[in-house]
Amino acid sequence: MGITVSNISKSYKDVKALQKISFEVKPNELFGLIGPDGAGKTTLFRILTTLLIANEGHATVAGFDVLDDFKEIRKHVGYMPGKFSLYQDLTIEENLEFFATIFGTTIEENYELIKDIYVQIEPFKDRRAGKLSGGMKQKLALSCALIHKPKVLFLDEPTTGVDPVSRKEFWEMLKRLQQKGITILVSTPYMDEAALCDRIALIQDGEILQIDSPENIVKQYPKTIYDVSANNMYQLINSLKAYQHQHSVYPFGEFVHYTDKRTDFNPKDLKQYLEAQQLSNIRIEKTQATIEDSFMELAK
Amino acid sequence: MKRFIGFITKEFYHIFRDRRSLFILFGMPIVQILLFGFAITNEINNVDIAILDHSKDASTKEIINKISASKYFSIKQLIEREADIEGVFKKGKVKAVLNFEKDFSKNLIKDHQATIQIITDATDPNTANTISNYVNSILQNYQQEQNKAINIDYVIVPEPRMVYNPELKSVYMFVPGVMTIILMLVSAMMTSISITREKELGTMEILLVSPIKPFQVIIGKVFPYIFLSIINAIVIVVMSIFIFKMPVQGSLLLLGLESVLFIVSALALGILISTISATQQTAMMISLMGLMLPVILLSGFIFPISSMPVPLQIISNAIPAKWFIIILKGIMLKGVGIQFLWKETLILLGMTVFFIGLSVKKYKIRLE
Amino acid sequence: MNNNNVIQAEGLTKMFGDFKAVNAITFEVKKGEIFGFLGANGAGKTTAMKMLIGISIPTSGAAHVAGFDVFTQAEDIKKNIGYMSQKFALYDDLTVKENITFFGGIYGLSKLKIKEKTKELIDDLGLQEVANQLVGSLPLGWKQKLSFSVALIHEPKIVFLDEPTGGVDPITRRQFWEMIYRAAHEGTTIFVTTHYMDEAEYCDRVSIMVNGKIEALDTPKKLKEQFKVDSMNDVFLKLARG
Repeated sequence: MGITVSNISKSYKDVKALQKISFEVKPNELFGLIGPDGAGKTTLFRILTTLLIANEGHATVAGFDVLDDFKEIRKHVGYMPGKFSLYQDLTIEENLEFFATIFGTTIEENYELIKDIYVQIEPFKDRRAGKLSGGMKQKLALSCALIHKPKVLFLDEPTTGVDPVSRKEFWEMLKRLQQKGITILVSTPYMDEAALCDRIALIQDGEILQIDSPENIVKQYPKTIYDVSANNMYQLINSLKAYQHQHSVYPFGEFVHYTDKRTDFNPKDLKQYLEAQQLSNIRIEKTQATIEDSFMELAK
Repeated sequence: MKRFIGFITKEFYHIFRDRRSLFILFGMPIVQILLFGFAITNEINNVDIAILDHSKDASTKEIINKISASKYFSIKQLIEREADIEGVFKKGKVKAVLNFEKDFSKNLIKDHQATIQIITDATDPNTANTISNYVNSILQNYQQEQNKAINIDYVIVPEPRMVYNPELKSVYMFVPGVMTIILMLVSAMMTSISITREKELGTMEILLVSPIKPFQVIIGKVFPYIFLSIINAIVIVVMSIFIFKMPVQGSLLLLGLESVLFIVSALALGILISTISATQQTAMMISLMGLMLPVILLSGFIFPISSMPVPLQIISNAIPAKWFIIILKGIMLKGVGIQFLWKETLILLGMTVFFIGLSVKKYKIRLE
Repeated sequence: MNNNNVIQAEGLTKMFGDFKAVNAITFEVKKGEIFGFLGANGAGKTTAMKMLIGISIPTSGAAHVAGFDVFTQAEDIKKNIGYMSQKFALYDDLTVKENITFFGGIYGLSKLKIKEKTKELIDDLGLQEVANQLVGSLPLGWKQKLSFSVALIHEPKIVFLDEPTGGVDPITRRQFWEMIYRAAHEGTTIFVTTHYMDEAEYCDRVSIMVNGKIEALDTPKKLKEQFKVDSMNDVFLKLARG
């Protein structure tokens, strides 16, 4: 009752939005689609929610075919589009009531499922949706997407434009929903959110780079990464890039993530080289790869 | 059914919470009727004219008296020679010159026919047209009196506008036009905007990914506007009857039914527009350019269709508003019933069915 | 006033009616510094930034930007700053060259200077082959790099960046930060407003606004030490949750 996607391709005029995408989301899994803007995430969501027709391949959602059984799918999925898509001139309560009637149900009937989320915004239920903060809008949108007890929940970049506190709360809510038996497919451009999913697919330019659990993806990173820092960031990056043995050099916050081509790399050599480049306060330390490192290595 | 009611409730929330659409809905009809009724008028008052009388006999004197007695004209100047005509126009003193031929009375009695040349300043063609119509009607009036008096049958070619609007009240002419415009605006433009708004906000995406059926969305969107358009039609008719004392000669029931037919055709056009535009702005532009302009310019509302070039006359047949205006004029001014209007009604009905069919066919159950 | 400070704000306040959108903030930004200006939506960072770029007059307090007073010399400020936001970048229906020419013209660069700059910029970014293509047809990452370069076209003292790297792929994002480091290295001050904490990690110093006030101001490293956490995200969470 999860999602299967096999060989889905979709083009707009001469732009290939998706190229032979295949993956599977197991029932009751929290699956993340991680990739930058323009990777094809929204197109894939729209195909799975029966809003678009793929040029090639087929897919099923909750056991229904996206083409033949599109009416069934529309009854059984919850969808939260990337853009805030509720009626700004209706109040919180009116929005929720509207979506409940559209799905032929009532708020009371499914209150149990949305209770956790809805109680946080219920005190403001007479406020119009357009006047809510980003975090509250997001909670309302999620409540509306859940009001008919969907089997599968599609969340397209739910945390874009939302502050860290609301983001954290949102992911906690998703974990709780998963425990209630809902299959969740969520997309995000933020690599740090990947770790919160059971499994992820890294996607770029319409192609999947890798599918696995976040832990495994990080484990499979082929190189040893070093945090390098020095007194001058700009010169440090230039020097590292000019170093003949470098495999990759990426600024990473206050450090630079460095990998070397050689298997017998000794950090002391690098330190010597950097000192010769007039840099001081040089620190080189081994560090753990992140999803972002893996993504860049795969996309290279 | 519960879904449907839920949907319509939501639509009414939208309408009543948006001041702009509220104004278009209820302010516009009133403003337009008052504007056309009082400010923009084809009526003329105390227009300065000059007279060139080659006969100076009893008939011409009487006609001149009648003209100067009317509140429409005041005789500014009497001129003696044809050559002076251009002079008075150039000075801009008068808007028209009446040129009575020689032996006017004599010709009238002998040949049953005499000529007056009405020369008007056509730099303002509408006024010129109106002036010549007014003079004509005064002349006809005179002829009728003469006919009764001397019992000779004159051949009179009646000017229809004058016949059905004997008091020359232009507001009577505008009411059908304004009603057409407002029903078009409310029905077509507002529906197309309200549907495209859902697309723009992204709520259409959610509606599509829900068990609600496309035709339920359309009917839910359209229903409030049918209701509001009917209220508008009533407001317009009531205003014209009570403020402008315009008599409605024909059946009010027929008027109502024909209006509903026109409203439905306009709504279908609105849905059609919404299927081809992605944003509210485009929907508005298409509604204004594609619907309002033809309604104003080609429907016969302001410019008589008979005086248009032939290609435009042909195009005007494709405009539902043209037929609706004919029907409205028929019912309101002439007081005729369906037996005289069935042809127009049928054409309108055909168009409505066509637009509905097309918009249902064009309506997408998916994005793009 | 310290000559090395490109932005200096003291008790800067903006009221909307009774609401203090920005509540007496005091901070300074040094020349060539990459300064992160963080806060949740509605914390007041946009309002504060509008005052600094001279399009909103403060209710009280004082601030100098590039040496000019925000109360009296707003026009001079505008000439000396660059601005780039994620939303407004470049005209999609103009070519790369046309965009550069247009923005150069807006900032009053001479024809000769524009020509010079166009070449320099296109060579720098490696855009020779697409110089005459519409900007709309370029990948997002290229657009972003181009719009950053365009924001620097008049050699401003400070450039304000509004959530510059949201949604960009990780590699392009790093290329973008490299450009920022270079600009800072060459003496341009970079002022980044964002609510993405991983962008904050790249800044020399950051301030965090909560409810109109600056609640923390230091280097990311020291803030993480102070709050005993591993990331700026956690710093923010601790601050915002009180």
